[in-house]
Amino acid sequence: MSIENLTQENLNRRTFLGGVFSAGAMVLAAQLLPEEAFADTNEYHGKAAASALRSSIYLGLEPDGTVYIVTHRSEMGTGIRTTLPMVAADEMEADFSKVKIEQGIGDKAYGDQNTDGSKSIRGFFTAFRESGAAARTMLVQAAAAQWKAPVTECKAQNHEVIHTPSGRKLGYGALASAAGKLPAPKPETLQLKPKSEWRFIGKDSKIADMADICSGKAVFGMDVQRPGMLYASVERPPVMGGSVQSFDDKETLKVKGVSQTASIDPFKPPYTFQPLGGVAVVANSTWAAFQGRKKLKVEWNNGANASHDSEAYKKELLETARKPGKVVRNIGDVDAAFGKGGKIVEAEYYVPLLAHATMEPPVAVAEFKDGKVEAWVPTQNPQAVQDTVAGALGIKPEDVTCHVTLLGGGFGRKSKPDYVAEAAILSKKTGKPIKLVWSREDDLRFDYYHAVAGMYHKAALDEKGKTTAWLHRSVFPSISSMNDANSMYGFDVEYGMGLNDMPFDIPNHRAENGPAKAHVRIGWLRSVANIYHVFSGLSFADELAHAANRDPLEYQLELIGPGRIIDFKSQGVANYWNYGESYDKFPFDTKRLRKVLEIAGERSGWGKRKPGNGWGLGIAASRSFTSYVASVVEVEVDKAGKIRIPRSWQVADVGMVINPDRVHSQFEGAAVMGASIALTGEISLSDGRVRQSNFHDYPVARMNQAPLQTDVHIVESSALPGGVGEPGVPPFVPAFANAVFAATGKRVRELPFSKHKLV
Amino acid sequence: MIKLKINGHDRTFDGDPDMPLLWYLRDEISMTGTKFGCGVGLCGACTVHRNGEPIRSCSTPMKELAGKNITTIEGLSPDGNHPLQKAWAQVNVPQCGYCQTGQIMQAAALLKKNHHPSDKEIDDAMSGNICRCGTYQRIRSAIKAAGKEMA
Repeated sequence: MSIENLTQENLNRRTFLGGVFSAGAMVLAAQLLPEEAFADTNEYHGKAAASALRSSIYLGLEPDGTVYIVTHRSEMGTGIRTTLPMVAADEMEADFSKVKIEQGIGDKAYGDQNTDGSKSIRGFFTAFRESGAAARTMLVQAAAAQWKAPVTECKAQNHEVIHTPSGRKLGYGALASAAGKLPAPKPETLQLKPKSEWRFIGKDSKIADMADICSGKAVFGMDVQRPGMLYASVERPPVMGGSVQSFDDKETLKVKGVSQTASIDPFKPPYTFQPLGGVAVVANSTWAAFQGRKKLKVEWNNGANASHDSEAYKKELLETARKPGKVVRNIGDVDAAFGKGGKIVEAEYYVPLLAHATMEPPVAVAEFKDGKVEAWVPTQNPQAVQDTVAGALGIKPEDVTCHVTLLGGGFGRKSKPDYVAEAAILSKKTGKPIKLVWSREDDLRFDYYHAVAGMYHKAALDEKGKTTAWLHRSVFPSISSMNDANSMYGFDVEYGMGLNDMPFDIPNHRAENGPAKAHVRIGWLRSVANIYHVFSGLSFADELAHAANRDPLEYQLELIGPGRIIDFKSQGVANYWNYGESYDKFPFDTKRLRKVLEIAGERSGWGKRKPGNGWGLGIAASRSFTSYVASVVEVEVDKAGKIRIPRSWQVADVGMVINPDRVHSQFEGAAVMGASIALTGEISLSDGRVRQSNFHDYPVARMNQAPLQTDVHIVESSALPGGVGEPGVPPFVPAFANAVFAATGKRVRELPFSKHKLV
Repeated sequence: MIKLKINGHDRTFDGDPDMPLLWYLRDEISMTGTKFGCGVGLCGACTVHRNGEPIRSCSTPMKELAGKNITTIEGLSPDGNHPLQKAWAQVNVPQCGYCQTGQIMQAAALLKKNHHPSDKEIDDAMSGNICRCGTYQRIRSAIKAAGKEMA
C-alpha cells in the first residue's frame, strides 16, 4: 500500500448484499453473484468490483490479465493482506505476479471485518478458495465454449486455459470478458483443487508490502496526509469517567502554529467505543499541537474513580478470590475431595493491568464534509469505525467511509475506534481534515487495558501424588464493563479462555468467577483472558508436579490424561464459547495437546540437564483460538538476578497452514510479547490516575531481553486451520515462570518478574 | 534560518527552533518513512543519521542541525537496495513494519563500522530500538547476512 494508491484501491460500498452477509457475522462461504449485482458504483468502487469478470466480492479479473483481490481484513503484522489473496489466487490458478491486492473499506458487504480473535483464516479460508475456484470454473467454461469443446477437455493452469487434446491455449485476460458474462457457479458445484495441486497454499510467501516497508514508503495511519489537514492532540480526563469543569487556553493560543482549541464531550456510560472527552488543541503540526497542550490549564471533575488505587484493588481481588464465586464449571465434588485429606496445595496468583503499547500509537485522519465523514485509519475494525463515528456525529453509518491503512501494531487496541470519533468530532468543529495523534503518554494512560486478575488455586494430591481435586477461582474486571456500567462478572468469552476449559482430567474440579468492578476501561489484548488464566493454571500445575516430586512435563501429561474430545456439557459448562466456532468442527482434542507437549519435550532436550544454579527449563501447553501450543523456555539467572532467555521453543498445531513463514513469525513474536508480559508488564494507578507514561516506566522486551533464539515447530496437520496470531502467547508466560523456578527455586506468582528479587 | 542537508538536498527551516527534526520531516516535508513511537528517544522508531551517526529525530531539535547532513530511510539507498534492505526482505523480518525503518537505520550505522558484529555487539547497538511484534531474532539474522555482503 503506497500513498498514491491508498484511495483508489479502496472499494465500493454496496448495501444490496443480504443473505449470508449479516452484520458482524462471519462469512463461511463466498457470495457468488450475477453481474447485475455489481451495477451500483461510486467513487470508492475498487477495481476488483469493476472488473470484467467478478467471481465474488473479493475477486475480479480484467482483460489485461490483472487479477484484483480484495483483502477486507486489516494488516497489523500477521501477513493476512498477502495470505488471503494467495488462497484465492491458488484456487484460481492465477499467476501471483499478476495479482494486485486492494484493501477493502469498511463495509458490511464483506462480512466480518473485525480483525481480532485470530480468525481471519478460520473465517475466510473457504470464502477465498471459493472465490478463486469460481473464477477458474468460469474461465474454463468460457474457453470451452470458444473452442466448442467439452469442459472436461479443458484445464486451467497458471493464468491460462489449455485444451488438453489439441494443446491450444487461451490466456485469462483474453477470456475475462466472455467468462464475465457467464452465470456464477453455485458454491456447492465448485470443484476445489486437491492439496497435491496447491501452488501457494502451504508455501512461504513474502508479504506484499515488504519493499514499501523497508524503504519507508508504506503508509500507516500515522503517515496519511490530506490537503489542508490540521493536527490535533487531546488533553483527556486523567481519571476514567471524569470530565472538564473549566479550562483556560490563553497560553495555548499563543503557541506558534496553534489555531484553536475545542472541547470534546465525555462519554455517556457505559464507555463503549466513545471518546473519553477532554480539550483538543488544533495546530498546523503535531509538534505545535503537543506544545499547545502543555500550556492548557484544565480543571477536572474526576468522578467516581478518583480514589482508585491498584494496591488496594489488588487486595480486594485476592480477598474475593478466597470466597466462593459463581460456578462456571463443575466436575465431581471438590469440597468432599478436600475433606478426605491428602496433600493440600494452595496459591494466589496475580496479573496486573497491561497496556497494548502498539509501536504506532492510536491515530486517525478524518474529514467531515456535507454531512458525511471520510476517514483513513489504522483500524482492526472499520465497520466499528463507521458505527462509532456515526454515533458521535449523529449521522448514518453508511455516511462514514473508512479507508483502512496499514497498522503499526494492533493487539486488540485498534479494534476500539474511540480515537477516530475524536478526529471526526474535531473535523466537524473546525471544518478541516484533522489528523488526531495520540502521544505515547496518551496511549499508556488512556488505553482499554488488559484486565488485572486475582486468582486462587487449591488442589489435593493423593498418596501417589496424583491430583484428585482442583479448585480454580478467578476475579477480574470484565470486558463486559464496556457495554454494561454495572458489570461485576465475566462472561462466556472470558471463561472460555483458560477458566472453564482447563483440559485436565481430574475427578473433582470446580472453576469459579468472583465479582469485580472496573475502574478503568477494560479491553482485549492479544490472547485476552488466557494471559492470566493460563499463567496461573499452568504455573500451579508446575507447583503440583513439584509437590508430587515428579517431572513437570510428565506430570502435565498425566494431568491432561488420555487423548479424548472433552465433553464440556457434562462438566457443568452450559455454553462453552469455543472461540465462536462449532464444537463439531473444532473440538477440544487432548491428543493434539499431548502431542505438542511431547514434541516440545523432545526438541528442547527436556530432562537431559539438571536444573538449578541459575539455569532451568520451564514448560507449559494450552489450547486457544482452536490451536494447540506448547512452550519451553530456557533461562539463565545471574548472581545479580538478571534474567536471560538463551532459547525458547514454540511447538504449535494450528491445523492446516497457509503461509508457513508467517505462522513461524507469529510464534516468534508471541514469545517476545510473552517475555514482555512476564518481565516488566504493569500498569498501576493511584488516585484514579495511571502512573506509567512512556517506555521508561512501562518497559517492553528489547532485543537483549527477548529470547536470543526461538525455535518454532509447526506440527503437520490436515485439521481445519486454527488461530495463529494469539495462541503463542498464553503458554509462554507460565513456561517462563516455571523456568525461573527451575533455575532459582523462586516461584513467581505475581507478575511482573521485575517486582521480585530472584536471587 | 537554519540550513541543513537532507538526503543530499539543501533545505532551510525558519520555524520553531525547538521543534524536533522528526516533525519537520513528517509534517513539513512529508517524509513519513521516519516514524513517531515515543517522542522521548526511548524506542528508536525515529532513527536517522546525522553526519553518518544514528540519532533519535524525535528528540533532536532543529536548532542543533545547522550545517548537518541528515540521512533518512528515504535516502539510505537510491532504489531500496541497501544490503540491509535486501537482507530484511530475504529473512522476512517485518511483521507490522512500523519500527523497521528505524531498525534499518540503526543497523546501517552499526554495519558501517563493523561488518561482522557479534551477538553482543548487535544487542548493544540495537537494544534501543523496540519492536512490539517481536522480530528481534530475524533482525539479528538480517544484520549478519547484510554484514557478510558488505564485507
